[in-house]
Amino acid sequence: MSIQNDYVLEMRNITKAFPGVKALDDVMLRVRPGTVHALMGENGAGKSTLMKILFGMYSADSGELLLNGQPVRFDNPRQALDAGISMIHQELHPIPHRNVMENMWLGRYPQRRFGPLSFVDHAKMYADTKRLLDDLQMEIDPETRVGDLSVSHIQSMEVAKAVSYNSKIIIMDEPTSSLTESEVAHLFRIINRLRSQGVAIIYISHKMEEILKIADEVSIMRDGKHVGTWASNELTTNLIISRMVGRDLTNLYPEKTNTPADVLMQVEGLTSPLPKGFKNVSFALRRGEILGIGGLVGAQRTELVEAIFGLRLMEAGRIVINDHAVTIGSPVDAKRHKIALLTEDRRATGIFPIMSVHDNTIIANLRHYANWLGLIDYAEARKDVDENVSRLRVKTPTVRTPIRDLSGGNQQKVLLARWLLTEPEVLILDEPTRGIDVGAKYEIYALMIELARRGKGVIMISSEMPELLGISDRILVMCEGRVSGILDRQEADQEKIMQLATQFMEPVASS
Amino acid sequence: MAFPESTTPRSRQMPDSAAIRGFVSRNAIYFVLVLLVLGITLQDPNFLSLGTLRNILLNTATRTIIALGIGGILITGGVDLSAGRMVGLAAVLSASLLQTPEYSRRFFPDLPQLPLILPFLLPIAVALILGSINGLIVARLHVPPFITTLGMAVIVYGMNSLYFDLPPNNSQPIGGLRTDFTRVGTGAIGSGNASIPYIVIIAVIVAALVWVLYNKTTLGKNMYAIGGNLEAAKVSGINVTANLIFIYALAASLYAFGGVLEAARTGGATNNYGVNYELDAIAACVVGGVSTTGGVGTVPGILAGVLIFGVINYGLTFIGVNPYWQQIIKGLIIVVAVAFDIAKYYRRK
Repeated sequence: MSIQNDYVLEMRNITKAFPGVKALDDVMLRVRPGTVHALMGENGAGKSTLMKILFGMYSADSGELLLNGQPVRFDNPRQALDAGISMIHQELHPIPHRNVMENMWLGRYPQRRFGPLSFVDHAKMYADTKRLLDDLQMEIDPETRVGDLSVSHIQSMEVAKAVSYNSKIIIMDEPTSSLTESEVAHLFRIINRLRSQGVAIIYISHKMEEILKIADEVSIMRDGKHVGTWASNELTTNLIISRMVGRDLTNLYPEKTNTPADVLMQVEGLTSPLPKGFKNVSFALRRGEILGIGGLVGAQRTELVEAIFGLRLMEAGRIVINDHAVTIGSPVDAKRHKIALLTEDRRATGIFPIMSVHDNTIIANLRHYANWLGLIDYAEARKDVDENVSRLRVKTPTVRTPIRDLSGGNQQKVLLARWLLTEPEVLILDEPTRGIDVGAKYEIYALMIELARRGKGVIMISSEMPELLGISDRILVMCEGRVSGILDRQEADQEKIMQLATQFMEPVASS
Repeated sequence: MAFPESTTPRSRQMPDSAAIRGFVSRNAIYFVLVLLVLGITLQDPNFLSLGTLRNILLNTATRTIIALGIGGILITGGVDLSAGRMVGLAAVLSASLLQTPEYSRRFFPDLPQLPLILPFLLPIAVALILGSINGLIVARLHVPPFITTLGMAVIVYGMNSLYFDLPPNNSQPIGGLRTDFTRVGTGAIGSGNASIPYIVIIAVIVAALVWVLYNKTTLGKNMYAIGGNLEAAKVSGINVTANLIFIYALAASLYAFGGVLEAARTGGATNNYGVNYELDAIAACVVGGVSTTGGVGTVPGILAGVLIFGVINYGLTFIGVNPYWQQIIKGLIIVVAVAFDIAKYYRRK
């Protein structure tokens, strides 16, 4: 037997260029059967591109793909699936109007034949789905409309779907981004079982603790190149980070130089008209303060800040800014009261993909540049754009480049610049560092602290505990739409946050 | 268990009044249909009769078939503006082959008596090809369906007019159709008001078959999947191209079938047959709850949508509403129906 057969998968010398960028440059990846192989790198390092090539969604410009030592070539996902490769996609939304089982068996519905005709066998589909979900100990009803499932259940469903292919290789691209801790633990049990059955799992995640806990081997990529592959017990968080960014990062969080002062905004008894919405939320935000908001998916954090920004209705409660009660019925009102909101879903509610970096930057502040005829003073706008692009170190070829061509971290910086131009007193950031690389994260933290130092109030929703603990002055924790506690920086730790985040949850039987 | 939250669908947790409201809003289209009939009946009690029912069904039969074709395309997230022109092409093709030998201005003076099946199948075959081309262009060249089918509509009208202008016909309306053919469009089982017209039976059979297709076959599931989330469909290994080609071709064959029936029902054809039928069909679909952004729509909904317009057309004329007012009312219904439908999704915020 040749050495090649030690690996279930080998990708050799993979090169792929997109217009203007070399996404992958001579990359190699070797995965052993029955192992969890983590693939790490900053955003834009080429992980997703490499996986899309493996899954037949992109074709490589050059390079070889070997399965069990045999060269193969996939022109579409169907061929990859047939060859025993399945994938949990990072940004895949399911088909919301159809139910769980139809999503599960999409593209391969069980058939029942009547002579020359064949029909979808709903009974078998239900039974298969039920058996699979029971086997994985997931309490999901196969007939629930997927649009009615929570995000974490959808992600669990995608895991079940990947398992259902009985693949030899499963690619998991950020499979835990919407899972609670207990669900992550459950996923790890599933992964361990698959591993013991000889399945190879390629695991992409930004979460270091997860990687070090679950992975056997770690491959690190940087700027479209393969940096190296190590056994995970040879690695530490700091080693991984320094290899990912190509330099030593001594601190994940900048030094805090801001000092909270008097109250800037007071929120009192905010209540949503929806039955499962936020209820009776009160808190104060001080000048010069970074207020973190923690909680699990479904805690209504996003809904709360969207209501403060006038995007959602509220049934009761009031908002007081600078000792004046204000009415905010729309984002127009919110902007007038100097509130800015960086939304959670960058692609859906942040960027205008085909518009330039320049236009994306000024879009929320156009009125400032317009004269009485509505004509825009482009010279002045350009000056502001250039200033912000260089201050926030946005990496872009020119300010005329469409924002969709930038990496996630740089897109996020442009969106921050957009809101900074409106000169907000209250800056609300909803998951500002989700899916962006370590370097850009640091810069965003530094900017938040700088804004607080200049007396602004900053609210940050985050699902990452280290981040909440790292840069917040106080941490407000929500559970099931209610405030379950507000912790000072000094007294807060992961356990206390977790305890508050689950405080009002109905007790459940443990598995 | 590892998953703390309940997965019970929202509807089951709702209190009774909300459950009723949910039921009403999900089935609003059927209530509207009933209310419409009640309203017209209040104006003129004679409206409620077998004759009325028969007339409405007769007038909506071919439109139902066309709407069922377009409905599938709307569910994939597409649209088909060539439907009406394909109806016209099919009507002209079939009529040109089915004139009585005694008729003086025959399209083909020396044409022998063809078996009836041929003039049905030929237009359908032509439409299948044209529809496949629509699907191929949409799926493979990624030309937006609106543009693809707009172009196809213009081309089909041109082709149809060229054919229609052939000597000796020279763009004269085609008449003198064989009675065995026109009987398909005008005949009925039974007699009088209690009779059931053949084309109504045909429409019901087509609707049943399309229902099976939507709900029981892989093609139907794929159709919803493609419209619901194209990327998800692709990465799940669905052959999107093949499915789209099939759906566009199938829709086109339904238009052609409808066109042949129109010729049979009216006893003639011109190259302007079917003009704007696609707009009526799209209106019926969206009123019946088919989403123009794809992924949503049912056969019963489409049938109700077609019937609503049938009831309006017939009923408002029955009680003497000015036809121009009828236009305004129809336009309002289209916009209001969709506004209500969309409000269902927005209310969740």
